Amino acid sequence: MIVGCGRVGAELADVLDRAGHDVIVVDTLTRAFDRLPGTFGGSAVRGDGTDEDTLRRAGAEHADLFLAMTEGDNRNVMAAQLAVEALGAKQVIAKINDPLRAAAYADLGLAALCRTTLMADAVRTFLGLPTSGVPGIQLPTGVHPGGEHHDLTAAGGVGGARGDGATARGSTAAFGGPGSSRAPAMPEQEA
Amino acid sequence: MFVLVIGGGKVGYYLTKELIEAGHEVVLMEKDRSRADQIADEIGSVVIPHDGCEGKYLAEAGCNRADIVAAVTGDDEDNLVICQMAKHHFDVPRTIARVNNPKNEGLFKHLGVDELISPTRMILGSIEQDIPVHELLHLAALGGGELELIEAHLQPGSPAVGRAPKDLTIPDGCSLFAVIRDGVATALRPEMILREGDKVIAIGRTECETLLHDQLIGDAETAGAG
Repeated sequence: MIVGCGRVGAELADVLDRAGHDVIVVDTLTRAFDRLPGTFGGSAVRGDGTDEDTLRRAGAEHADLFLAMTEGDNRNVMAAQLAVEALGAKQVIAKINDPLRAAAYADLGLAALCRTTLMADAVRTFLGLPTSGVPGIQLPTGVHPGGEHHDLTAAGGVGGARGDGATARGSTAAFGGPGSSRAPAMPEQEA
Repeated sequence: MFVLVIGGGKVGYYLTKELIEAGHEVVLMEKDRSRADQIADEIGSVVIPHDGCEGKYLAEAGCNRADIVAAVTGDDEDNLVICQMAKHHFDVPRTIARVNNPKNEGLFKHLGVDELISPTRMILGSIEQDIPVHELLHLAALGGGELELIEAHLQPGSPAVGRAPKDLTIPDGCSLFAVIRDGVATALRPEMILREGDKVIAIGRTECETLLHDQLIGDAETAGAG
């Protein structure tokens, strides 16, 4: 489930679709779906990704992976929290470009992708300067209110590649990697 | 008390003004520069012309020593994030969020926002009061939304007409406490016989509403068909 069909959202939709996953992309603008390649086999749904009913109708319930990739940090945070709290998403990543907010929400249990840190570090690396030491995706270190209902650390990450095709395995491992390395932070719990 | 208000729309503006008049220390954050300047001209230099969603500016505004943070922007996602940042990152004891879309109320509460203000629901409530419908009217939400103040306008066919409160089955956690008859409000005594046209005022838990409806309005077929 991908909310926000910008460059990053569309790119990831394509990658995951090619890898054999069932992909649903939501965006408020139909025009945004022009970014998807002609070969895209998933579904594209027009609607507000911070609206619970819209997400449900789009089929977001119990998604193995929920990516909040709109241009708004707060919209991403809200969509991601809805996904976790109301829709039972197994793993969630929210794009949060404000480094402070990204760190705060990692503390609250959301995996936070911060473009600011990523890009600044890329430039530092290019210039041979020391990097920030903050990973591009900050892993959840805590639980946010309501976090007892889910298990963000599910070691398999997006385990449920439809049809156990070998093509899916590469990307599954990529999600599973960071997921499994931080397991001790939270006990496994199922609602 | 130090109150940090985020969002300089009409709500934020009047809230800031009233808090200052009441003698509180207030800082208002408004990201639109010209709007911020305009407010500063009117009520003084309490305005920070920056985005209150941005962690850096929240810190600069002194969020860590705020007693209350009130997020009253027009965007629910912003209000949610401001309250969460305030609560979890800056340890603010009390957070208040304006919730524009009533659908988001549940999520906000669940995620730990201390108090919700829902203008949409308030407006709907006010309009309901002006439209004669044979339903319970919601006058106000109390106790953080768990309790509701309700008015029932007794129509012909209401099972409560001709009976006294003591003979009705009032759900636990509910109380009928006043009646408005011919424009005069009186305390509702258990033995007082209710009449057609009475407005009964009740307070009760939100989930009691269906039972109250059955007792005071009746089911859809018997109530108010004429």
